[in-house]
Amino acid sequence: MPDMGRDYRIIGFLCNWCSYGGADAAGVARFSQPTELRIIRVPCSGRVDPMFVAKALLSGADGVLVSGCHPRDCHYTEGNLYARRRLELLRRFLPIIGIDEGRFEYIWVSASEGSRWRDMVTRFSEKIHALGPIPRMAEAAHTLCVLDGMLGVSSAQPDMWTAGDAGHEPRRDALLHMDDYKEVMDGE
Amino acid sequence: MANEAPDRIAELRAKVAAELPNVDFVLGYGRGFDPLHATPVTVRNVKDLDKLIFDPTCVQNLATSLYGVRGKRLGVVVKGCDSRSVIQLLQERLWERENLVIFGLPCEGVLDLAKVRATLDISTVRAVAFAGSPRDGKVILTLPEGQRELETGGLLADKCLRCQHPNPLVYDHMIGAELAPQGAEDTYADLAALEKLSTQERFDFWKRQMGRCIRCYACRNACPLCVCKHVCLADSREPHWLSAEATLQEKWLFQVMHALHLAGRCTECGECQRSCPMGIPILLLKRMMNRELRELFNYQAGVSLDAIPPLHTFLMEEDRIKDRGLLW
Repeated sequence: MPDMGRDYRIIGFLCNWCSYGGADAAGVARFSQPTELRIIRVPCSGRVDPMFVAKALLSGADGVLVSGCHPRDCHYTEGNLYARRRLELLRRFLPIIGIDEGRFEYIWVSASEGSRWRDMVTRFSEKIHALGPIPRMAEAAHTLCVLDGMLGVSSAQPDMWTAGDAGHEPRRDALLHMDDYKEVMDGE
Repeated sequence: MANEAPDRIAELRAKVAAELPNVDFVLGYGRGFDPLHATPVTVRNVKDLDKLIFDPTCVQNLATSLYGVRGKRLGVVVKGCDSRSVIQLLQERLWERENLVIFGLPCEGVLDLAKVRATLDISTVRAVAFAGSPRDGKVILTLPEGQRELETGGLLADKCLRCQHPNPLVYDHMIGAELAPQGAEDTYADLAALEKLSTQERFDFWKRQMGRCIRCYACRNACPLCVCKHVCLADSREPHWLSAEATLQEKWLFQVMHALHLAGRCTECGECQRSCPMGIPILLLKRMMNRELRELFNYQAGVSLDAIPPLHTFLMEEDRIKDRGLLW
């Protein structure tokens, strides 16, 4: 899908003690930074439930950045060490549902690393720009309904049980390509 | 197995009978509404013993029913795969071991009714008999037009084809002889096939699959480890993770949530996918999580009672996790 020039939306979950301070330091030092990042302050990177990231991405955020204290530096001693395991697992999980692994990243930035914060944010945001906007779900769902007739046959039926000559044929998980509903999309 | 099965059921009934005075009831398999379906039954007294059966139609994971009746003293009939769910429940202290009498049945595989349904109309089946072992034997179906023989091997559930634990891993009574694992090594070929697609194609694949979800939550209700059904985040208004809207986004997020909440807990019993009335391959998401858990932490859920779940612990220096902050 071409970049229609809409603003990118990147959500940042920053821990209160290090990364939020680091971002603040970058601001105080008047570094120029990309403006797409929306920062949400959390008490600790250990507070970041992977669901926060999943919900953000599935709700249309183009990227999610989680930043916490460096390992061993956590204000609560071990919050970021639990977070590291959870977030690494999430990072590896996301590609299977069709979300590019580059859209989610977790990093460590301490309160004094203003310039490192600037570099990280700039690079992450460049990466998101290179990936383009996240695939839009809302329109596609609408399009699918239009295609199948929302109240008639559900989009499930054709590929669940194909009625063949010999009664039923096994289910085939058909792929629906963008091309299939491009015309409908253009019409919208 | 054809000759051995009656002995096994007799043995099961005898052992259940012996334990009946010590338990409130025993949860086992009985014949369902047609010959291809088994159903969970409760055995409360000697008269109920005749209800008990065990054959490849016993697909359900009875561990699913355990959490709802905690506080009682219970007997439960488990296959190898079901015992892993029991271990997981015990490990999370959702049940006390001393209140559970486990009747373990070594199992060579159960049918996948979706595969049977793909071959014939199962509503016409009048009787079912199994000849030989499930791996290389036959299933003889009595249909209105006569008898039909099918290779059982081709109708087994996918999880049985890669089964590494045919024998229950935790039990009080083992019924029948222990079996050698016959399943092939799990190569995660299904995930590899999905990974060959581009990111956009994968997104479209799930859009298609999730689009037909009807939000019946059968997957959640069939899951032996979804123990917070009464306060499930999917139903909660505070916090409001999911709304009641029937949008793709809500359906999709629910499935991702299910997978995330099962990270390090899912034993791949496959009940979620089996119970899905729309045939959505949701087990793929859990398998993805399990594959990565195995790679990162060399961990499999429900195999050992003493194992520490990987997300409940950490290492100061992780062996397999590279420092993301320095990578780019």
